[in-house]
Formats: sequence, structure tokens, C-alpha cells
Amino acid sequence: MSAAVSKIREPLIQGRKNYHQITEDLIGPTEKAPNLMWIVAFTLSVITLGYGLFSLCWTFYFGIGAWNANRTIGWAFDITNFVWWIGIGHAGTLISAILLLFRQRWRTGVNRAAEAMTIFAVMCAGIFPATHTGRPWFDFFMFPYPNTRGPLWVNFNSPLLWDLFAISTYFTVSLLFWYTGLVPDLATVRDRAKGVRKKIYAFVSMGWTGKAKHWQRHEYLSLILAGISTPLVLSVHTIVSFDFATSVIPGWHTTIFPPYFVAGAIFSGFAMVQTLMVITRKCFSLEGYITTNHIESMNKVILVTGTMVGSAYLIELFVAWYSGYIYEQFAFYNRVLGPYYWSYIGMMGCNLLAPQVFWSKNIRRNIWWTFFISIFVNIGMWFERFVIIATTLARDFLPSSWSYYWPSWVEIGIYLGTFGLFFTLYLIFARVAPVVAAAEVKAILKQYGDQYLGPDAKPHHHHHDDEEVETQHGDDHKHHH
Amino acid sequence: MKGQHKEVLFGLYNDEEVLMSAIKKAKKQHLDIMDVYSPFPIHGMDNVLELEESRLHIVGFLFGMTGMFTALIGMSWIFGGSLMFDGDWPTIFGGKPYWSLPAFIPIVFEMTVLFTAIGMVVVFYIICGLGFGVNNPILDDRITDDKFCIAFQTNGMGDADLDKLNGFFKATGAEEVHTKAI
Repeated sequence: MSAAVSKIREPLIQGRKNYHQITEDLIGPTEKAPNLMWIVAFTLSVITLGYGLFSLCWTFYFGIGAWNANRTIGWAFDITNFVWWIGIGHAGTLISAILLLFRQRWRTGVNRAAEAMTIFAVMCAGIFPATHTGRPWFDFFMFPYPNTRGPLWVNFNSPLLWDLFAISTYFTVSLLFWYTGLVPDLATVRDRAKGVRKKIYAFVSMGWTGKAKHWQRHEYLSLILAGISTPLVLSVHTIVSFDFATSVIPGWHTTIFPPYFVAGAIFSGFAMVQTLMVITRKCFSLEGYITTNHIESMNKVILVTGTMVGSAYLIELFVAWYSGYIYEQFAFYNRVLGPYYWSYIGMMGCNLLAPQVFWSKNIRRNIWWTFFISIFVNIGMWFERFVIIATTLARDFLPSSWSYYWPSWVEIGIYLGTFGLFFTLYLIFARVAPVVAAAEVKAILKQYGDQYLGPDAKPHHHHHDDEEVETQHGDDHKHHH
Repeated sequence: MKGQHKEVLFGLYNDEEVLMSAIKKAKKQHLDIMDVYSPFPIHGMDNVLELEESRLHIVGFLFGMTGMFTALIGMSWIFGGSLMFDGDWPTIFGGKPYWSLPAFIPIVFEMTVLFTAIGMVVVFYIICGLGFGVNNPILDDRITDDKFCIAFQTNGMGDADLDKLNGFFKATGAEEVHTKAI
């Protein structure tokens, strides 16, 4: 349609695609047999997942003593990994919800895969709180219900319980949002499939036909889900930060935590999206849909949020000094110069310094730079959580109980296992469902396709448009006969 | 759709702008469109087709309120200390009052969002007649790909009316015209 479009915006769909070509490009990969690279990657992921499951069973059999967490450092690897995965799980809903409300059209290229990634990351995160007691069969204690232990309820005033509510809500809403968006594309897969595949896709596409009324309601639903997901996504990491911020531990009980955790979550989530999308677009030849413009937009978000996080680190140091409170001052002195100084250097280097290269437009638009910086950010954000959790606990009020922590092979195994789970699920997803939202890309084609916009666009006169339509018809006929 | 047979005459268009002008013409000629199908949502379709505004947001609001009050009343009932409840298991945490509203806000918020989302999505699928395993009749496989479709129900129509519809499709640039019983 003829919505007003800025002349200076660059096209988001390249390669002069028409609707049918979009279907071929995006649905096509689900119809082919997996290639060798996929099989190798999948096998490695499943093996890693298996090792993680073995480590979990080891934990359940021998108990939590198989971990190196000790009396001083009671929260260590597990909570670090939990917060890290939850942070990664923020990009999907941010891209689909907040960018939908802000009408950022570049979201259509990446939202599907980012949302899938969100769901898988939250599943990985959930493993840690579910198993960190070593007795996952008692997990039902977390849920509020009148129970056989008397009228005893969970502590509704505890941030840990808020976390349970926040994360289970976040997971459910993200899943519903993602799947509702996926249904029209699954219907496209169904209508091209034959035999058993057609039956399976008919089942999962829920009888979608593309009626005008259904599309209208679908748009409404997406918009309202986006509206409620926006405060939701901000609330989740806020509440995760409450796990620390509402405590009385110096170094944890700071009011800057909620905004700084949210910025960090967006930062790490976008980095993981970049890591995956750079690979995915190459493997599925999606360069026309996930263009350099998309990558640049995400790099800008990484630069902004990275700088926000970096500023928060510096403000924390300033406030610790300015508070005049020696325990707070010691906690931060210990972070920078204590036994875990190396993780502080890793955090500062990867999170504050590394993304600063994105001030350069050439680097923002360079695939290799993007890929390497995104890896740096992923590592840096892991260090951030480790710095906050382990470093702070290692030097508590009582010098005789000071301790040092290093993960055991079991803890490392569980962490590796979450990577196995994440990549296993992502690889399955990339095979069975279109990784780019085909219907949404088609809906913006006439505004953002490179034949309509940008330097190669044809002049925008009406009879020219008609010619354009005519040539598309010609192409379509060729495809269909 | 259950039980009775529908005779459908439908035209397929290659472009949504052609489709939109066709719908406008159909409305001008007072043709009774059964349905319009498209591979993606088309901006402005609601107005042209004169679709009623969706009331899904009201559903969302009601579910949200339900979630909010479920959480608020549930926690108030457990903790007591408020005007309405004695408390099922009143506990003091950190010297705060039994009924400490600020601490309830995170859970109240999450429950509001959870109920809204689940309620709206479930209602959406129910009112659209969609769901796992549902097989709605499909007029043409290419409607989810690159074809835009206007469908008319032709049960009991005379030749004159059918000619009129066929003429309409021809005049508005439909690429293909088919009939199907669904």
C-alpha cells in the first residue's frame, strides 16, 4: 500500500523479490533434506546435551556436594548461568514487541528466529533454578497451593518467588506470541506439502486460511500481545535483579540494578541474535532478508546498551566511593582488584570497550566484526554475572570464611549441556519452520523492497507501478507452469 | 460451515492493490462478498471490507482484570491484615505489615499479563474457529503463497447472477476464476 516512506531509508528486502520468490526462499529450506553441516552440528549438540544430562544425573545422585559451591559462595555457577541465559532470552520479545510498537520494520527479518531463541534460552535458564537444590522432585514446593504441609504458603514477599512468576509468565507469553505469529507461515508450508508432511503441518497450522477477518484479529492480537509483552520483558530482568538488589549484601543492594540488568539483558540478547543470524543467513542464503541494514541496526542497539551497561559499572564504582560506607567500598575494591580481578577485566573489556568499535559505520556493517564482537559480548556478559555473584560472596563480612570458587566438572557439564539443549532446539526449529516470518516480510515488501525503495528503485509513477505489476505477473506464470 | 454445502465462485488476483480496488468495485456494485483471503494482512482492508472493529482488546482487558484480582485477592486472603481477610497463614517478613501491598505488585503484574495473554490467544482461536487438528476448507493452495482471493457464495444463483460475477472478475483483473464446493 502507499504508506508514507522516507526517501532516505534503505531497503530491507534485497534482490527484487516478488511474493512467490519470498515463499520459495523462506519456506524452501524446510522442504529440503538436511545437509551434512546440519547433521554434524545436530549430532554435536545432542552429544553435548547428553553430557549435560549425565552431569545433572550425577548431581541428583550424589547431591549438591558434586558442585564446588561452598558455604561462603553459595550462589555461584548455577545462578550465573541462569541470569546469563535469561538475559539472552530478552532479545526476542524485545525485537518482536517493543520494535513492533515503535514500528521498526527491520524487525520482520529477525523476529521469528529471535523469538525462538528467546524461548529456548528461557528453557535453558529454567534448568538452573529447577535443579540447583539437587532435588528437582521437590520443585512443586515452589508453587502456591494449599498443601499437605498444613496451610503453609510460599513467601509471596520474596523476590525468588516473584522470579518464578516472572519467568513462567515470560515463557508462556513468549511462546504464545511466537506460535501465533508462526501459524500463517505453517499454513504456507502445509499448502505446499504433500503426504504425511501435509497432515502434520495441517495439524499444527490450526486450519489457518488467511481470511480477512482472521487477519484483522491476528493483527489486533499481535499488537496487544506486543503491548503487554513490552512491560513484561522489562519486568522480568528487573525482578531477576531484585534477587540481588533486595538483599543486604554490599555490592548487591544497589538501586541501579533493575535498569542496568535490563540494559545488559538486551545487550546480551542482541549479541546472541547476531551470532546466530550471521550463521543462519549464510546457511540458508537469507542475505536478501537479513541484510547489512538489519545487522547494522542491531549493532547500534548493541552499542547503545553496551555503553549503558558500561556507564552503570562506572556509576557503581562512583556511588560505592561516594557512599562513604566502607563495606560497600570494600566490595567494589574487591571486584576490581580482588582475587577475581581477571573476571572484572573480562567484563569491562568485553562489555564496555569491545562494542565501542561500532561507532564506525564500516565496522557496524562488517559481518566478521559483527560476529566476533557478538561473541565478545556473550563472554563479557557471562563475566558480568560471575563478577556480581561469585566475587561479591567470596569476600564477606567475616575474613575467616573468605573463600575462592572454581566450578567442578559437573557444573561445567551442566552449563555445556544447556548449550547442547539450546542448539539442538534451534537446529530442529530451523529445519521445521521458516526462520524468517514470511507473511510479515510479504506485508512490507512494497514499502521496503529494493525495487520500490533505495537507489535501484524505479521512479514512483503510477503507470510504472502497473508495469512492475505486469512483469511480476509474468514471473509468477513461469513459476506456476 | 458444517452440514450444508457451499458453492463458491472465487477469483484469484496477483497483487493486493488490484485486489483492493476490486473489493471497492464490488462494494460499489453491492455484490455480496463471502470472504477475502490473502497471504498476509493488508493495510486498510478493514475499511474497504467494512469489517467491524475487533473486540479482542475488551477480552484482553477482562482477562487481565481477572488475573489481577486473582493475584491480589489470593495473596490478601493468605496474609490477612487487610480489612477483608483474617489471613490463612499471616506471616511477618522483615518487620513489614502482614498486608504489604508493594511487595505484592510484581506478582499482581505478572498474573495480569499471564491471564491477558492466555485468555486473548485462546479466545482468538475459538472465535476464528481455529485450533490444533482443525481442517478448514482451502479454496486454493496458493492463497498462502502469492494469490489474493475474493470469494462469492453462489448457492441457488441464476445464470444472470453468475455472469455478473464472472464479468466482475474479468473487469477487475482477476488472473483466474474457479468454482469449488466446500
